[in-house]
Amino acid sequence: MQHPDIQHLSQIAIQLRRDILRMVHACQSGHPGGSMGCAELFTALYFHTMKHDPANFTQEGKGEDVFFLSNGHISPVWYSALARSGYFPLEELGTFRRINSRLQGHPTTHEGLPGIRIASGSLGQGLSAAIGVALAKKLDKDPSTVFCLMGDGEQQEGQVWEAAMFAPHNKLDNLLCFIDVNGQQIDGPTNKVLNLGSLTAKYEAFGWEVTTIAEGNNMGAVLSGITEAQALLGKGKPVIVMLHTAMGSGVDFMEGTHKWHGIAPNDDQLASALSQLTTNQSDY
Amino acid sequence: MKEYPVLGKKDTRSGFGVAMTELGAKNENVVALTADLAGSLKLNDFEKAYPERFVQVGIAEANMIGIAAGLATAGKIPFTGTFANFSTGRVYDQIRQSVAYSYKNVKICASHAGVTLGEDGATHQILEDLGLMRMLPGMVVINPCDFNQTKAATLAIAEYEGPVYLRFGRPVVPIFIPEDMPFEIGKAIVLSEGTDVSIFATGHLVWEALEAAKALEAEGISAEIINIHTIKPIDEAAILASVQKTGCAVTAEEHNIYGGLGDAVGSVLLRNHPVPQEFVGVQDSFGESGTPEQLMVKYGLKAANIVAAAKLAISRKG
Repeated sequence: MQHPDIQHLSQIAIQLRRDILRMVHACQSGHPGGSMGCAELFTALYFHTMKHDPANFTQEGKGEDVFFLSNGHISPVWYSALARSGYFPLEELGTFRRINSRLQGHPTTHEGLPGIRIASGSLGQGLSAAIGVALAKKLDKDPSTVFCLMGDGEQQEGQVWEAAMFAPHNKLDNLLCFIDVNGQQIDGPTNKVLNLGSLTAKYEAFGWEVTTIAEGNNMGAVLSGITEAQALLGKGKPVIVMLHTAMGSGVDFMEGTHKWHGIAPNDDQLASALSQLTTNQSDY
Repeated sequence: MKEYPVLGKKDTRSGFGVAMTELGAKNENVVALTADLAGSLKLNDFEKAYPERFVQVGIAEANMIGIAAGLATAGKIPFTGTFANFSTGRVYDQIRQSVAYSYKNVKICASHAGVTLGEDGATHQILEDLGLMRMLPGMVVINPCDFNQTKAATLAIAEYEGPVYLRFGRPVVPIFIPEDMPFEIGKAIVLSEGTDVSIFATGHLVWEALEAAKALEAEGISAEIINIHTIKPIDEAAILASVQKTGCAVTAEEHNIYGGLGDAVGSVLLRNHPVPQEFVGVQDSFGESGTPEQLMVKYGLKAANIVAAAKLAISRKG
């Protein structure tokens, strides 16, 4: 793998945040908080880690690394990463959540948007789908990796634990998952809404290799954390990374609170937020 | 009327099992999944012959549907197998989002549908599954009537690209569909022609409809028996051609009268050619424990019920 240009990737991550805020502001709806918290992860995966072919997207993704987003409400960060890595024209980001758009509020295959392989939004389903592709890759002797991101609040869904039990039992060591541990969900902090306890202990008990990225909004830390997790693949166990992030990361008045989970900034808030996000990239 | 000699007696789920083993040999993309019911779904032969393409999910139906959606994404043809109740109501949102909305080539195969599951009782006897599945955009819904037709339907859906719900049952019932009768998704089969009443039947009720036609014939009433194996897309042309001749209709299904075949046929009639229609089915109730035969009688699903409904429909003609 090429040596990562951390400086350049950091600029992209800032640009994803600008895109997220502008998309959500333009239609006055969407989920900016979790999207911003995952900007470094999406930048790392789509601009460095994954072996993928944006210009020749196929549903099957044979011979490619594929990615599943289970917590579909953070669609803005995914759409931005997909457009900027070449899956579809950048200007299409301006159609987010509008009538007749391929960029639905939650990601879907229904409108044929390249880069997306299954609908998500109703929580708890993404890991199962990722497992299905991981099984197919094993059958096809395809050595590539299946990536999956879930939310921490999403861990309250029962289906997640059905899937969590299945993957180690079937030795799916081509599966690399992340949980966005930002400690927030719509109604408040996760430990107040329904305490998750130790997700690390839970996944270890289920038979996963568990690692942690303590600084999920530090590009260097995310890149080295992913490399460390990748090194654990192919050894008989699925791998999951506890990615600690701050919801709303990158803008002081949005950071670390559930209040920006699902609301859009107004004109003044947008201007103030964008002034904190300067980059050498260009807006769509 | 046309006679259908009994060719033997078997459960419809065995037709599914035999077809799956055949498909395993024919198509290397076919994968079978089950949620701890391989034996009940007659998947043991498939498991033995193709262990690498057999996925035991454990008692986790939601995960099974999601895994199937993932397998389909990667180009496989997954067949999920569990009871009808756990194939539909229990996993409705998973089917809706990951399979139907995402338009995945998943075959949801459901055994033990309806009251003929018998002694296990109402917790397991789903009578709402056809309605649930019919409402999902793009979902094909099939309810074959005997061993041969279930086998033919299973083979046919493997060739079809898109989500399918295939419903069959537990009890041993007569085999009467000739092995070489063609099965075409969405194409109704006129089993016997008649002029006084059209009887549209699906699943286990097709045999009862044929028995009813014999009884009606003895009373001088000519019934047309049409096997609607595909509830969606429904064969509008076949339904309309028949009622234009007979002027009235009876629907017969092992399902709640709401949401299933009766509603599907009724809406075709209402929009195109309204005629009197009587509904043989479970009258908006849950089932209960008992033998399949006792339950068919108690819930009004026998040939005698179809005969009575046919006479009523005829009497309502203008």
